[in-house]
Formats: sequence, structure tokens, C-alpha cells
Amino acid sequence: MEKVLEVKDLHVTFSTYGGEVKAVRGVTFDLHRGETLAIVGESGCGKSVTSQSIMRLIPSPPGRIASGSVLFKGKDLTKIKEREMRTIRGSDISMIFQDPMTALNPTLTVGKQLVEGIIQHNGSTQQAAKKKALEMLTLVGIPDPEIRFKNYPHEFSGGMRQRIVIAMALVCEPEVLIADEPTTALDVTIQAQILDLFKDIQKKTNVSIILITHDLGVVAQVADRVAVMYAGKIVEAGTRRDIFYKPQHPYTKGLLQSVPRLDLDGADLIPIIGSPPDLFSPPVGCPFTARCDYAMEVCDRAYPFKTHLTNEHHVDCWLQDERAQKMLASIK
Amino acid sequence: MFQYIMKRLIAMVITLWFIITLTFFLMHSIPGSPFNEERATSEAVQRNLESFYNLDKPLYVQYGSYLKSVVTLDFGPSIKKPSQSVNDMLGRGFPVSFELGIVTLLVAVFSGITLGVIAALRHNGFLDYFAMSIAVLGISIPNFVLATFLIQQLAVKVEIFPVATWSSPMHMVLPTLALATGPMAIIARLTRSSMLEVLTQDYIRTARAKGLSPVKIVFRHALRNALLPVVTVLGTLAASILTGTFVIEKIFAIPGMGKYFVESINTRDYPVIMGTTVFYSAILIIMLFLVDIAYGILDPRIKLHKKEGS
Amino acid sequence: MELKKQNDSNIAPDIPDDWFTPKNKDQEEAEAVVRPSLSYWHDAWKRLLKNKLAMTGFLFLIALTIMAIFGPMMSPHSGSQQSLANQNLPPSSEFWFGTDELGRDVFTRVWQGAQVSLFVGLAAALIDFAIGVAYGGIAGYKGGRTDNFMMRIVEILYGLPYLLVVILISVVMGPGLFTIIFALSITGWVGMARIVRGQVLQIKNYEFVLASKTFGTKTGRIIRRNLLPNTMGPIIVQMTLTVPSAIFAEAFLSFLGLGIQPPLASWGSMANDALSTILTGHWWRLFFPALFISLTMFSFNVLGDGLQDALDPKLRR
Repeated sequence: MEKVLEVKDLHVTFSTYGGEVKAVRGVTFDLHRGETLAIVGESGCGKSVTSQSIMRLIPSPPGRIASGSVLFKGKDLTKIKEREMRTIRGSDISMIFQDPMTALNPTLTVGKQLVEGIIQHNGSTQQAAKKKALEMLTLVGIPDPEIRFKNYPHEFSGGMRQRIVIAMALVCEPEVLIADEPTTALDVTIQAQILDLFKDIQKKTNVSIILITHDLGVVAQVADRVAVMYAGKIVEAGTRRDIFYKPQHPYTKGLLQSVPRLDLDGADLIPIIGSPPDLFSPPVGCPFTARCDYAMEVCDRAYPFKTHLTNEHHVDCWLQDERAQKMLASIK
Repeated sequence: MFQYIMKRLIAMVITLWFIITLTFFLMHSIPGSPFNEERATSEAVQRNLESFYNLDKPLYVQYGSYLKSVVTLDFGPSIKKPSQSVNDMLGRGFPVSFELGIVTLLVAVFSGITLGVIAALRHNGFLDYFAMSIAVLGISIPNFVLATFLIQQLAVKVEIFPVATWSSPMHMVLPTLALATGPMAIIARLTRSSMLEVLTQDYIRTARAKGLSPVKIVFRHALRNALLPVVTVLGTLAASILTGTFVIEKIFAIPGMGKYFVESINTRDYPVIMGTTVFYSAILIIMLFLVDIAYGILDPRIKLHKKEGS
Repeated sequence: MELKKQNDSNIAPDIPDDWFTPKNKDQEEAEAVVRPSLSYWHDAWKRLLKNKLAMTGFLFLIALTIMAIFGPMMSPHSGSQQSLANQNLPPSSEFWFGTDELGRDVFTRVWQGAQVSLFVGLAAALIDFAIGVAYGGIAGYKGGRTDNFMMRIVEILYGLPYLLVVILISVVMGPGLFTIIFALSITGWVGMARIVRGQVLQIKNYEFVLASKTFGTKTGRIIRRNLLPNTMGPIIVQMTLTVPSAIFAEAFLSFLGLGIQPPLASWGSMANDALSTILTGHWWRLFFPALFISLTMFSFNVLGDGLQDALDPKLRR
């Protein structure tokens, strides 16, 4: 499969009063053409920072891409000039943010906000841009686009605004769409509509989507592949089947057990106790050790090696070491 | 929108009426007649004077006729300079004061916004600290101190600018500078903080994600939203500039309304005090009204909010 | 660090076997909150201490207060004693800040002026605080029609040109210290009332207040534990900024001849008396009062800014 985007060993740090926060600590993944890659994890695990770093949108200062590379069309996005990066943003790679209520400028009509991106990247005339924008509004399912074009954001409902945000992101026909929690702020019924819209658009445009979410329900609906992030690292990744049916990392298992399921009794909901480590001084070993039921001495002393179970499925966990298997067997 | 304007208009008239009434009764609560302290006048002359100024009638009659004269924009004659009417003084003083005030306001607004935007865009950089040092100094130094300092340095020590009066553009430089610095500092600080806040908003991130250039982001997306709070203080700023003109006109001997007002205070010339106060208040209240309307135009959310509310 | 499956055995090199034993762990470790939590006020105070400019202002104000009390005693000359022999003397070892046109000691008069200015500023701030908090608190807490009515009044007062009203009242009541404070407070409390009402209104609907209401917490306790701590920040900031504007207003009035009357001196009246020195060159008569007005306003402003930053819960890190 064709790789559209390659992220290699990405490190992102934020300098604050308290010291350096290492928000992303060596993230590596590929994105293939036309697929949806979901990055899941709890708040503060670095998933949003990762996605914003790809676009070079992290506030800087205090944020900084410390090392690593993001390859897109043979270019390393972390190295190119800001001016060149601007031609990529919104045109080749675009982004949708969590809260549609605040993502649109309240004092400009949605039409103006849609058109400015097209004019910026395609250099088209006002009229051509407007035509394109209207098409896009129709595509994302806004009724009466001609009239709505002149409305201000506050005149739309939350779901409609998110559709406009999506239209804005797709208006220049990008190859990669990064959606950061696109449905979190919406009602459940609207969520389903928006997810359907994503699938629909992907079919029509063959865009590759990176979907950032903490909601495994959303992942199950749209993702082709899944990367599980914890404390700034991808601890497990694989196809949707791998992650849902053959989870290896205790954290992934924990996430799956904490999702309500219709086919199981509610009593089976098991929360993951505790909270993620402080990224001011991340632990030497596996960051999940403190919350892990299977923690071993080794877990605190060294970060686990990456084990490839299949071509797609890999996991960072000491339990993969044969000695751990023996030890577990002996306990039982 | 129309309803909104009407509502503001009614509020404006009420405030104005309140001021007229307050002024009137305050002036009349002062014990004694304004003529008593003057050099000995005979009883008959005094009575004549009092009847000329309507002072012998009952209070409510005086109030009624005063209201009427205000509505017809006739503030009557001065007590101390009977040959002059208050209207004459306003007519002579207002154009000068207006010029000073408007020039000051424009200078303050433009330089303040520029300083504030630069400071916000260079947040925590050298230019930020520089601009904000100017702003804190501008707020801390009273305009009469600044005015005298400017005269001493730039008119007396080094004779770049003329010392006083109001006859050429060169004469306008020092008074405008002295008067504009404070409001400029306030605007600069407000613009900076509101700009900083706006720059962290999600829609700015959206604009960045679209690949817009920083210039476009600042001018199309940030500035308009950042200036909304600045617009709201323009009314109060106009008030402070206006009261500032009293002092500045006194120091620079500029023949404006402020000078007449200060003189009338010192000589207790009640019709002039009353007339000028009402006139000043009217200007300020109209300013506040215009600011409200401007705000309604700049922020599209206002209209809908009012429609829903009514 | 990658390990590929080699010959179907998956063993990490360089890791001793005995590390693969279950870890002894206690529940607390997983639950431990990593960063120590600081109380709001403690945290705010720490942040204020870090703000050098605000602390400079704070220290200057303390020094000024001390000098306002003890300054006049330090000089052998009284501030009201006139002496024709000592007219307009420049600063010297005898008269540290020089003398004015009546031969009075500027040094003593500057500190007497400080007393007046600080008194006016503090009195105005305290009166504003008392009226504003009560009025705004009631309006915000009661809400509904009461609030509507009370805020209409405030709106009208807010529309009044503040210094004009102060001038009018001073004209009517005759100039003096009491008049100034009265005139300043008559319109000054409006700003405080609006702030307090806004805060109360906002916080009243916060989830945590609703939460304590649903738990059946008493009104008094809600006000004490929830509303007050959360409104104190903006109130303190507003008070810090009221002081310099009152000091400025006093100076302004005195400058127009409506302020403090002789033999009392204030910085404003001293500056007014010294206006002619622009031309005569007796700079010290204007310089010292002007310097101290500016420094005091500066100090209050930077302290207010610092407090605003320190007390803003949104800025906690």
C-alpha cells in the first residue's frame, strides 16, 4: 500500500515554569492512502500534540519538535520553512478540531471563512471559490447552501457547525485529513451522522484520515488501523481486528474493558485505576507499570522492546518476553 | 437592530434628563444668591438682577423654564459677563476643544492599537516589554505633569514648539501629546491583552490550519475580535479626554470650552457651569450611544441576541 | 529498540532473568498525585512574589506609607511655616527638596501631601468596596427583577461623566478633603458593583455551586465558601486600581483649584501652585510632587497588574 505520511521517532517537548514536559516521546507510524488510522488514548497522552506537530501547529514557544521526522511527499515537514509549510496546511493536509462551537470565527460569515482557504491555495477568483465552497457545503449536507453561505457561525447548531468545519477542511481536496476528536463535543445521534459523513467522503475522495479520539466506539465504527498511545508513546498498534480481538498490551486490554458493551453485563466494566505518570520526569521503564496488574521488576527498570506479532501488529510490553510467559505460567 | 437602537436611545434621553436635573438642583442648593458676594449692590439692583435671571420665581418654575431652554439649546446669559450668553462661549470654545479632542482621540486610538498589537505579536519579547513600559508610564503620569514637563523640555529649554495658545499645527503638537498619552496607554494595554486572548482561540488555530499567512490571520481573524473590548471603552476614554481638556487648555492657555469651564468654576458663574456641564454630558452620552451602535455592527452576535431576547 | 521475532524465541538481550518477577506494589503508588497541590491564596502569593515589577511597586508603597507618617518629623522645618527669607531656595542640605515661593519646606510638604493623597485613595477604595460589594452582591445574588431594577440605576450612574459630577459636587459643597472623598465615592462604587454582580452572577451558575446547593448546603456557607473566595480576586484588583484613580482625581481637582485648600497641601495643589515655575526655573517645586504622584500611580498600577495575574485562576499552572 502507498504510504502518504510517515512519522518517525517524533519527540515533542513543552517548556513551562515547572520544567520541560515531554509530551510526545518517540512516536512512529505510517498512514496509507485512503485509510483511516485511529490514534486512541486518554487525555494528556500526547495524541493531540502528535497530530498538531504533523501540521506544525503546536504553540511555539513553549512547544518544540525536539527530534524526529514527518515525511510527506518526500519532504520532511519538520525541516521545511514556515512559508512552505503554509502551502501544505489546509491544502495537502488539513485539520478538524474538537469543538465546532469555537473553531469558527464568530465575526465572519461561514462563506468568507470557506472561501479564504480556496483563494489562498488555488489562487482562484472570488466567484470560482464561492462555487467550490457551495459544492462543498452541499457535499457535507448543509441544506440551502446559498442562503447559509451568508450566515454567521452562531446561527448554526453544533452538528451543522461541525459539518461546516469539515467542509472547510476538505475544500482544497487534501490528501490527509487530521480529525482531532471531531465528535466528542456533539450529541450521540449527531456523532453517528458525522462519522457516516467521514466514511462517505473518504469513499468519494480517497482521502487518508488520522482520527484522534478517546472513544473506542468511534474507533470500532470507522478505523482501519489503530494506534494506542500512552504517556507520549505508541504502546500498541495494529489493524482494527488486532486491537479489538487480540489486544496484547495490558493498557489496551484495560481500555477495552472500560468501554460499555451491549452484549456484556454492565458489571464487567472495569476502570483502569490510577492516573498517567507525570511527563515532567517520565519514568525510565514502562510508564504504565504503576497501573499495570502484571507489573514486573523489569518494567520499572527498562522500557520494553517492540515486538512485532504480525506485519501490522506490534506492541511494547515486557510480557512478550518468553521469560515473562514462563513466570506467569509458574504463578498460575 | 432597530429595537436595540431605540432602547439605547431611550436610555440616553433618561441619562441626559437625570444630569440636567441633577445639575439644576445642585446649583440651586447652594445657599445664597450669586450676587451676594459681589461688591455691594443696592437692594433694587440685586432684585433687578434676580428677576433678569429668573431667580425670584419658585424653584419648579425655574426648573421648567430651564428644561425648556435646554431643549431649545439656549443656555441663557452668563452672570459674570452679562454681555455674553453661554451659547456665545460654547460657540467660540467648542470648535477649538472639539479639534483638540478629536485629534487626541485619533492619535490615542491609532497609536494605542498599534502598540498593543505589536506587543501581543511579540509576546514576552523586547518590543512587548518596550511597548508595555511606555504604556505603564503613560497611565502613571498625570497629564498635567506630562504637559508641564513637555513645555519645560520642548518649548522652554529647547525651543522646538511654541509654548501656548492654539493658532497653528505646531501649537497642537504638545497639547495633543500630553492629552493623548494616557488614553493611548489604556488602549495599548487593552488591545494587547485582548489580542493575546484572541490569539489563543480555536478559530485562530483553524485559520492557521488553513494555511493563511500570519498577516492575514492577524488582520482578518484576530484584530476585529480583539478590538471589540477596545470599542467598549471608547466612550469612557472620550470622557477622560474631555475632562483632560480642562487641564490641558488651562496649562497651554488654549481658548477652548475647558478654559471657560474652569473660569466659570473659579468665578462661580452658575449659568455657564450648568450650560457647559449639560453640553459636555450630552456629547459624552451621544459618544456612548454611538459606541454601542458601533459595537452592535461589529459583533454580529449582538443582533441575534437582542432579537431572541425581545 | 526493536526486537524482531528471531527463531521463534522472544528474549530481550542484556536483561537479567531475575528481573522477571512480579513487582511488589501498593495501591497508593497508582493513585498518588504527583505534583503537590497548593492552596489558591498560597499559590497566588507565590506568583506575586515572582513578579519583580509588582513587588517593586509594593515595596515602594510600603516605603511611601512609612515616609508619609514619619517624613514630616524628619525635617526641622514645618510645612506651613512661611519665611520671606527662604523664598524659592533650591534643594540644599538645609532644605532637602528646596522651598516654595512662601519659603515653606518642600520636603515636609511632599510627605504631608502623601498623607492626603494616600488617605483620599484608601478612603475612596474602602467606601467603593463597602457600597459596591453590598450592592453588586445583592443584585447578583437575588437576580430577577431586583437585579434588573438595581442595574438600571447603575447604568444611569455609569453613563454620567465621572469627573464632571465630581467637579459639580465640589463646586456645590465647597472644596475640601471631605468633599473630595464624598464626590469620588458617589460615582466610584458603580464600577465595583458591576464587577461584583458580574462575578456573582457567573459563579452562581457554576456547576460546583449548583453541586453544593443540591447537597443542601446553606446559603451563608455557599457565600462564604464558594462565592467569596472566587470573587475576591477581581475585587482586590479593582480596589488596587481605584486608589490611583482617586489619587489622580484629587490631584486633578486640586489642580483646578477645587481640591485641598491651604494650609493643607496635596501633590495636586503643590503642582498647581508651581505651574509658573515652568518659566521661572524653580523646577524643584514642580518636580517633587509630580515625581511622587507618578511613582505612586505607577506602583499601584503595576501592583494591580501583578495581582490580576496572580489571582487569575485561569493562569494557574
